Amino acid sequence: MPLWLEVLIKSVILLFVVVTSFAYAMLAERKILGWMQLRPGPNRVGPWGLLQPAADAAKLMLKEDLTPETADPLLYKLAPFISLLTAFSVYAIIPFGASASGQTWAIGNVNAGILLILAIGSLGVYGICLGGWASGSKYPLLGSVRSTAQMISYELAMSLSFVGVLILAGTTSLDGIVNAQARWWFVLPQFVGCMIYVITAVAETNRAPFDLVEAETELVAGFHTEYSGLRFGLFFIAEYVNMLTVSCIATLLFFGGWNAPLHLTFIPGVAWFVIKVACFMFFYMWLRATLPRLRYDRLMAFGWKILLPLATLNLVVTAIVVAYTG
Amino acid sequence: MASRKHLYNPGAILKGLSITFGFMFRKRPTIPYPSLKKQHSPRFHGLHELRRYADGKERCIGCELCSSVCPANAITVIGAENSPDDRRSPGERYAARYEIDELRCIFCGMCEEACPTDAIVLTPRFEMADYRRGSFIYDKDRLLVPPDAGVGMPPDDRPGGIPGDLGRVAEIKSTTDVDTGYSATWRGEILKTQHEGLAILKKPEAQE
Amino acid sequence: MIAFWVLAAMLIASAVWTIVAKKPVYSVVALLLNFATLAVLYVTLSAEFLAVIQIIVYSGAILVLFVFVIALLGSGVAPFPTGPNRLPKIWLPAGLFTLAAFGFLIYAVSNVKMAAAPATGAVGNANVFGSVADFGKALFTVQLLPFEATGLVLMVAVIGVITLGGEQMSDAEAQQSRMRADRAVREAILREGKG
Repeated sequence: MPLWLEVLIKSVILLFVVVTSFAYAMLAERKILGWMQLRPGPNRVGPWGLLQPAADAAKLMLKEDLTPETADPLLYKLAPFISLLTAFSVYAIIPFGASASGQTWAIGNVNAGILLILAIGSLGVYGICLGGWASGSKYPLLGSVRSTAQMISYELAMSLSFVGVLILAGTTSLDGIVNAQARWWFVLPQFVGCMIYVITAVAETNRAPFDLVEAETELVAGFHTEYSGLRFGLFFIAEYVNMLTVSCIATLLFFGGWNAPLHLTFIPGVAWFVIKVACFMFFYMWLRATLPRLRYDRLMAFGWKILLPLATLNLVVTAIVVAYTG
Repeated sequence: MASRKHLYNPGAILKGLSITFGFMFRKRPTIPYPSLKKQHSPRFHGLHELRRYADGKERCIGCELCSSVCPANAITVIGAENSPDDRRSPGERYAARYEIDELRCIFCGMCEEACPTDAIVLTPRFEMADYRRGSFIYDKDRLLVPPDAGVGMPPDDRPGGIPGDLGRVAEIKSTTDVDTGYSATWRGEILKTQHEGLAILKKPEAQE
Repeated sequence: MIAFWVLAAMLIASAVWTIVAKKPVYSVVALLLNFATLAVLYVTLSAEFLAVIQIIVYSGAILVLFVFVIALLGSGVAPFPTGPNRLPKIWLPAGLFTLAAFGFLIYAVSNVKMAAAPATGAVGNANVFGSVADFGKALFTVQLLPFEATGLVLMVAVIGVITLGGEQMSDAEAQQSRMRADRAVREAILREGKG
């Protein structure tokens, strides 16, 4: 099979899987939020509301695609696609499992995998900040300015929390990192790093309690206030795909990827991967149902004065320990 | 420093998380409305109804007190003399036309308090949604209960209270209407679904 | 080779767009395209670490700050202010200078004896030229001095910015500010004691 055909087939399958998981992650979030607030959640479309994503998609597609008069038409139309593109392209290098012979299940295996994920993730902010700016009205602008500041601030601590793992694994390739966790998961030696990553990941994906970017009570809907119909849907997809991405990364870096815990190897590695990612997704929804939004200055202070020094300290301690114990 | 202590207190966050987690498994009070209907109290102020006596005669005597007391000007009554060979009501007069604009109505219940013969009462029915504004003007055809629909006791026979007393209006409501129920189809599907809902309600509580 | 020409054309086109764009935000978008193309070009040269860093640092951090500033300054959708067009008067000397510089560059490059091209492996292999491991080794052994010197230069720049941008306080003002801070702390302590 020629390489391009192989990549194409893999991409189509992966795209299908990711979009389906987005749809049901969204439904699961609404269900779980509902249960935590003593509501049943969506249950009208199909049995247990299982067809709700299809109904939502149909609704969004049929809505009118509005462009405000004050908007910059080109960037306004382009921004959702930037968001979606960066959200999806990360999946080109995320491995989901490995066959017995050590062949990784991924579209591409890049040596600098974790760095490439950081790079693509850092581009994700453009969709939000260009979209907010191009809307030509004040709430989206405020949302986009907030998102820029927030994502740059938390990206630093996030990158530093990666480095501890990289020092322990001695490689930047994702399957190398997972293989290095065959004995124990990095969440044990890198507990601080893991906590920092989980917190910064919530901030990077603009989820509650760090959803200052789309704070409904202050900014209407933040950067996507003016968007409607399918373009809003694209932002929506991008947000959930980003959630899936950070869950995948957390699984790969700190929770052993597709390694089975306690030698429960009769369940295939891919299933373990999916279970771990699902646990993370649940955790994010759980956080959203529990914690109130941070005030903006406290968000910044937390990022710069607590997380960043802590991440640096964690990095230095890890480096010293690894240097002395070999 | 107190604020900082609370802001970065992981114990408090964990406690909050445990509370929300616990709530996931609590019994949810939601009633899945269109499929399961809860009965309102008999004294609920819902859709109006014009009553009859046991002999089938209309209670309304066309006095227009309801119309004059109505704070929203929603009621129009045009009375007429009863003809000797076709007596609609026991009194001299009856309502030739009786219309309530349910879009204007504020469901305050003053009409039923004002009515000297307990002819107009507010029922617990509340599902009146429609697609046209015109269909919210309920005329006598839709307000008057059918002759075979069951009746309350005639006012004079009832024990205690003065006519128009709230307690007695509640009593007259509770004698007929939804609980004993009439399977009349004159108000169409609305009533039917309400009865189905009631049937479900009477079973042991089926929570979703 | 085809990839190179396509990428080179895109690079130049986006660079030109950066300059001629009427709105500042379009310039940023064009520059973003430029950086991304450059990163891809690095990948074709098997310098994957450099490519990734190019995106993380330039596209992910610096350009975002550009957008941030544009959004904050509220230049809005308004285009650059257009002054008298000075381009026609200087296009001849500028063009000549550019051509001369470019010619010199080509001459210099073609005359340098290139070392034999290092063994380039497929992207994704560790320990080959341009990989993360190779890059890191070079950075912390052979190139350590320039690396640290660059760090120092950047540090100086940061300190300079803080010094220039920080508020100048006279001694009296500093005294007052210290007193205010002391009073605030005392009040806070009193409140704590009561609460």
